[in-house]
Amino acid sequence: MTREISFSGAINEAIRLAMRQDENVILLGEDVAGGAEIDHLANDEAWGGVMGVTKGLVQEFGRDRVLDTPISEAGFIGAAVGAASTGLRPIAELMFNDFLGTCLDQILNQGAKLRYMFGGKAQVPLTIRTMHGAGHRAAAQHSQSLYAIFTHIPGIKVVVPSTPADAKGLLLTSIEDNDPVIFFEDKTLYTISGEVPEDYYKIPFGKADVKRQGRDLTIVAIGKQVHTALEAAEQLAEMGIQTEVVDPRTLSPLDEETILASVAKTNRLIVIDEANPRCSMATDIAAMVADQGFYSLDVPIKRITAPHTPVPFAANLEDLYLPSPKKVIQAVSELLGDESISAI
Amino acid sequence: MMKSVDQKDLLFSREKAVWMYQKMVEIRKFEDRVHELFMKGKLPGFVHLYAGEEAIAVGVCAYLSEKDSIVSTHRGHGHCIAKECDLKGMMAEIYGKAAGLCKGKGGSMHIADLAKGMLGANGIVGGGFPLAVGAALTAKLKQTGNVSVCFFGDGANNQGTFHEGMNLAAIWKLPVIFVAENNNYAEATPFSYASSCTDIAQRAAAYNIPGAIVDGKDVVAVYKAAKDAVDRARKGEGPTLIECKTYRNYGHFEGDQQKYKTDEESRYHRDEKDSITLFRNYLLKNGLLTEEKLSAIDSSVENAISEAVRFAEESPLPSEEELLADVYVSY
Repeated sequence: MTREISFSGAINEAIRLAMRQDENVILLGEDVAGGAEIDHLANDEAWGGVMGVTKGLVQEFGRDRVLDTPISEAGFIGAAVGAASTGLRPIAELMFNDFLGTCLDQILNQGAKLRYMFGGKAQVPLTIRTMHGAGHRAAAQHSQSLYAIFTHIPGIKVVVPSTPADAKGLLLTSIEDNDPVIFFEDKTLYTISGEVPEDYYKIPFGKADVKRQGRDLTIVAIGKQVHTALEAAEQLAEMGIQTEVVDPRTLSPLDEETILASVAKTNRLIVIDEANPRCSMATDIAAMVADQGFYSLDVPIKRITAPHTPVPFAANLEDLYLPSPKKVIQAVSELLGDESISAI
Repeated sequence: MMKSVDQKDLLFSREKAVWMYQKMVEIRKFEDRVHELFMKGKLPGFVHLYAGEEAIAVGVCAYLSEKDSIVSTHRGHGHCIAKECDLKGMMAEIYGKAAGLCKGKGGSMHIADLAKGMLGANGIVGGGFPLAVGAALTAKLKQTGNVSVCFFGDGANNQGTFHEGMNLAAIWKLPVIFVAENNNYAEATPFSYASSCTDIAQRAAAYNIPGAIVDGKDVVAVYKAAKDAVDRARKGEGPTLIECKTYRNYGHFEGDQQKYKTDEESRYHRDEKDSITLFRNYLLKNGLLTEEKLSAIDSSVENAISEAVRFAEESPLPSEEELLADVYVSY
């Protein structure tokens, strides 16, 4: 059975199912329950995270398993690493991925490294959920998309879902996984809705999803940029250009095979990534295709990314910062050398 | 003939005393040998020796069970030995050999043996506080009755993780014992310069937990403080900070010229505050062990260390497939 629920509802449901299935699964983070030890606050009035994504979980699982933490990221992200390596299966919420700076050592040098450094004897079944993404007018310290930094680090898996159904299935896979996983949630996607199965299901890592089939052009897009790609593809279809949209869903591991197969079919590649361009996923995917799929390409690879700037606050500037269907169509026009192609 | 001793006046049994003495001697002789091997150019990389601080690791671990966890530091060989890690496996690890406890992939700064509750040495100063807190969170939520111990040096007490870890452990009343090994130098920088407090233990007050200062050269004093803290933790009363005043016999790392030390302090700690000599005298005075027995332990440890070196030197290097193994459980 499926029914239409929101992206944030799908995440909430995945956590709930995982916590019902395995008592070692705990959730911890700043206000993930909300208002701990305030006597007059009923559990159903507790926040459930700043965006309400984890609302209601404390009522079912109690405050021992839905654990409010102080604003102390190095402390509780590191404690989650320690708890994971000693028998729990924590889901830690790093409220915004921008707060990485406060706790990077615990992820980079502890969580990601323990297994390898200890010759395979340690296991760190930890999921870190974190919000990312621009477009919320949240400015430079609450809008970044830092998944490339984590993809760079061996020992961590990186997940960036674009739809409610993917979010639920990938989060359940993340929680069951025995390696540290960082799970990115675009804050502007929380309110979108889609068909989501009611049951407990998992989506494997390293399997891209072709969100739209096409023969003329491949667009690889990450997170909410999948929607930018689909919107552009609609418009391009009206101009007779059939676009294939590939959603990698996990960046580490990355499904190179599906990307290369699509490029082999269409001979053209655009990568959309709303992160900054240098050392980004867009650059990484472009390099991979240049290396392994060069002879499939009819035209150079195009990357559509943010500029090399922080995220601005002013609405007009932030819109300019982000990729858009218009920018995609402009890129297609350049790639095909056809000035008649332009956004509607 | 051994004097009879009224055992109830002592903190620990004769059997425990033998174990403690043996572990202290193992640490000393292990580290002295590693020093020699390093000087001969036989060991790769960075090595930080624990000699001089034996009483702390041994005094604390003597009161732990195998299921209790410890989190260690870059100066971690002593903690490994006190938590009963295998000497051969440790030495092979320091050599970077396949038979090492971490298959030669960790080295001196990352020796771990999770089956023994040794959750790892750590190359990041202050990196271990949150990990120890997490192990204690597991113990509390799973109601195992276990405790975790976080060993750290004076250099770590100015890291944010020290404060974050102590605060979390305090608000959640976690069974953690924070054990400061204050050897007075963070690398070459004196404690008095780097820390705003005169004693690390003072900082416990900020987190509303007990803070104790003990002579870190006196294994009996360390044992007593650890016992109080572990008992408190097991009863669910929360964490304790124990500051052990100590001194390291060698430099920060092997190759350190140690010019920042004074001759006087080095002489004092060698001639008057040597932890093994102090414990030896305690054991003899209380009739717990004879000179003969102590000497027998000394020579058996000497042999065990030589055996460990032989084992490490004979072990093969890790196979080349090991480069890519163990990054993920499954990928």
